[in-house]
Amino acid sequence: MYKYDAIDQQLVNERVAQYRDQTNRYLAGELSEDEFRPLRLQNGLYIQRQAPMLRVAVPYGMLSSKQLRKLGDIAKKYDKGYGHFSTRQNLQLNWPKLEDVPEILAELATVEMHAIQTSGNCIRNITTDQFAGVAPDEVIDPRAMAEVMRQWSTFHPEFALLPRKFKIAVSGTEQDRAIVQAHDIGMEFYKDAKGETAIKVWVGGGLGRTPILGTVIREHLEWQHALTYCEAIIRVYNIHGRRDNAYKARIKILVKALGIEDFKQQVEAEWLYLKDNPNTITEAELARVGQHFEAMPYENLPAHDESFDSAIASNPAFAAWVKRCVHAHKQAGYRAVTLSLKPHGHAPGDITSAQMSVVADLADAYSFGEVRASHEQNLILADVKLSDLFQLWEKAHAAGLATPNIGLLTDIICCPGGDFCSLANAKSIPIAEAIQMQFDNLDYLHDIGDLELNISGCMNACGHHHVGHIGILGVDKDGSEWYQVTIGGKQGNDASIGSVIGPSFSAEEMPGVVQRLIEVYIKERTPEERFIDTVRRIGVPPFKAHVYASKEATNV
Amino acid sequence: MSNLIKDNAIVADEWTRVTPPTLGEETVRKQAGKVVLFKLTGEETFSAEQIAATKIPAGKVLVPFSVWCANKDALASRVSQGEVGLLVATHEAIEDVITEVKDINAFALVAVYVERFADGRIFTIGNLLRTRYDFKNELRAVGDVLRDQLFFLKRSGFNSYLIRADRSATEALASLKDFSEPYQGAVDIAQPAWRRTIR
Ligand code: HEM
Ligand code: SF4
Repeated sequence: MYKYDAIDQQLVNERVAQYRDQTNRYLAGELSEDEFRPLRLQNGLYIQRQAPMLRVAVPYGMLSSKQLRKLGDIAKKYDKGYGHFSTRQNLQLNWPKLEDVPEILAELATVEMHAIQTSGNCIRNITTDQFAGVAPDEVIDPRAMAEVMRQWSTFHPEFALLPRKFKIAVSGTEQDRAIVQAHDIGMEFYKDAKGETAIKVWVGGGLGRTPILGTVIREHLEWQHALTYCEAIIRVYNIHGRRDNAYKARIKILVKALGIEDFKQQVEAEWLYLKDNPNTITEAELARVGQHFEAMPYENLPAHDESFDSAIASNPAFAAWVKRCVHAHKQAGYRAVTLSLKPHGHAPGDITSAQMSVVADLADAYSFGEVRASHEQNLILADVKLSDLFQLWEKAHAAGLATPNIGLLTDIICCPGGDFCSLANAKSIPIAEAIQMQFDNLDYLHDIGDLELNISGCMNACGHHHVGHIGILGVDKDGSEWYQVTIGGKQGNDASIGSVIGPSFSAEEMPGVVQRLIEVYIKERTPEERFIDTVRRIGVPPFKAHVYASKEATNV
Repeated sequence: MSNLIKDNAIVADEWTRVTPPTLGEETVRKQAGKVVLFKLTGEETFSAEQIAATKIPAGKVLVPFSVWCANKDALASRVSQGEVGLLVATHEAIEDVITEVKDINAFALVAVYVERFADGRIFTIGNLLRTRYDFKNELRAVGDVLRDQLFFLKRSGFNSYLIRADRSATEALASLKDFSEPYQGAVDIAQPAWRRTIR
C-alpha cells in the first residue's frame, strides 16, 4: 500500500500543529462556536449527542496492520475501547474528548494517518472497491489513481469551502462495487477500443434527502485528465451550487436544476481552460504511485488445496463460512476473506480494540500485513492462501469475527442513528440488532440467500437505505419513532432506488415486517432468484398486501 | 493598528471603501428567477436609488462594481491615475464584471467581498482573475476574512487580506505558512509537488 514520503509526512505533521492551534484558540475563547465548527468539521470532528465523534480517514479503505493496531490503541486510550467502521470506509470514534483530539491526531500521524477532510463541505475520502487489486473481474486497479486523487484533493485551495460535502468514488471492475452512481463524482475505469485506460465519468449521484443516481457526463475521458476534469466539474459547482439552503446544496440538485446537457456544456467549457494544466497526470507520476500497489509477492500455488477441501467436507461450520466470507482471487491458490463486523445482536460495523489487534495479527500472519475496510462495514484480508483458510477461520471465529453472514440479511448496513446522532429521527442500531436476532438461525439465513438490508435513522441516508434491497428509514411522527420500509433498492451496475411499501411501523413491529417480506419472497421465488430479483419481477403489491394484511390481523 | 496584510506584512490601508447609504427602505432582494437562481438567491444588492445617492470621496477609493458601473465616465480619469479599486462580491458573476470593465488591469486593486467565512466562491473568483483574466495588480480578500482562510486565499491568487476587524492580523499572518509543500498545483505554485521535486 501507499507509503508516505517526506512531503506526505510533513503535510500531516503540519496539519496536527495547525489543528492543535485551532483547538487551543477555541478552548481559550478566541474562536466562537460558529467559527470553530467549519474548522473542526474539516477535520472529522462532529459534536454529537453523547460526545464529539472523530472520523479518521482510511483512504480508499486500505490499512496496514500497524495502522489498525494503532487505531485499537487509540480507541482504548482515548475512547471506550471500540471503534466503528463507516459506510465510507472510514473509522469513527464515538467518545473522544475534544481537547484530546490534537493528541489523537499526533498519534495517527506517527502511522501515516489523519482525519483531514473526513467531514465538512470539502472533497471527502475517495472510496473504491474493497477487492481492488485482487478481484478476478478487475480491469484496472483503481488504487494508484485513488491515491493520486487523494493527494490532489488534500487542501485543494479552490475547493476548501464548497456549498456542501463532495464525495468521489472510483472503480475498475466489471461489477461495480464502489457505488459510483451514488456519488457526487463517480469514475469508472475501463479499457477503451485502443486498449488505453479510460474513464467513464458519472456526476450528481447521492443519497440523502433527495436520492438520485448519477448521470454520465462523459463516456470517455483519458486517465491523464482525471484531475483537471474534476476541477472543471467542481468549479462549476463551487460557483453555481446553492449556498442558501443546505438541503439543496449538493451537486445533484444543481445538475438536476440545470439539466445534464446544460451542466455538461458548462463543465466542458471550463475544462477547455483547465485541460493540460500542470495537474495533468503523467505516466511517470502514475507509475511512481503505482509501485506502492504492485501485486503482492505471491507464491506459485496450485488452484486446489487438499487440506482445504477436506476441511470443507468435514466441517459444516467452516464450509458455511467459506461460502459466505471467502471470495475469488485473481491469483491461483489465494482467496480474499471478509471478517464480519456484523455478529448478530451487535451494532453493525463496531469493532473492539482487542478485535482490531486480532485482525492486525491475522493480517500479519496470513495476508501480507494489510487490511481493507468495505463500505458494507466489514474488514477484508485480501490475500490469503487457500491452505491457511482453516487456521484463519479458527482464530477469527474465536474473536467473534467469523459470522458467516456476508451478503446475507443480517449483514446489515446501519448508521449510528438515534443512539449517537443528533440529527436522527429514530434509533437504528437496536432495529438492526432485533432483526439479526429474528434471523439468528443460520440455515434459514443461508436459505434466504443474498439480501442487502440497510438502515438509516433519518433521511440523510448515512445507512444507504435507498439502495438496500430492503431499506429501513427512521421517521418522526408526532415526536415518536417510526420506520418506513422500502424494497427494490439496489447498488451496483443496475442500481435502483427502493419503493416505499406503505405506512410506517413501530420499532417492535420491524422484525415481523421483515419476516413477512421474506415469507412472500420464499413463496414466490423461482429457484435462481435472489430477493431483489423477485421484487423486480413481481413488484411491490404482493409484498405490501402480505405485510399489511397481517398487520391488520394482529391489530384486531 | 491596521488589519491589512499585504504580501506577508501588515501595512496601512490606503483605500477608502465606498458603501452606498441605506435609504430607510426595505433591502431589495433579487427575485429568484430560473437562471439567477443559484447565484443571487437571498443576497443583498444595492438599489438604483442607493447607487445614485452614493458619494465617492477623494483619494484612493474601493468602489462596489454596481457603483462603478453607474459612474464609469466620472471615474475614468481617476481609474487611470490608479485611484480606483473595484469591489466585487462573491455572488457577482466574474465574467460579467470582466465584460463590463474590459481592461481589468486598469484597476490598481480588485477586492473580493465574502459575506460569510464558509463561502468558498471567493477561491474560484481569485483563481479566475489571475489565471483566466490575467489580473496583475493587488488582489484583496475583504469581509468575513479570518486566518483560517488565508492559506487557501494565497494559493488562489490573493496577495492581500483585510482581516475582520475583531481579529488580530498579526496572528493571522502566521497562517500563510501553515503548509510548506502543498500537493496540487494552484495559482501561487502552479506545479504539483511531484513536478517540483523528485519524490
Ligand atoms: C453520527 C454522526 C453523523 C452525522 C451528524 C451525519 C450527518 C450526515 C448528513 C447531514 C448527511 C446528509 C448530507 C447531504 O445529503 O447533504 C449524511 C450523509 C451520509 N453519511 Fe452521515 N452522519 C453521521 C454519521 C455517519 C456514519 C457513521 C456513516 C457511515 C456509517 C455515515 C455515512 C454517510 C453517508 C455514506 C452519507 C451519504 C449519503 C449521500 O450520498 O448523500 N454518516 N450524513
Ligand atoms: S442517517 Fe441520519 S440518523 Fe443516521 S447517522 Fe446519518 S444523520 Fe444521523
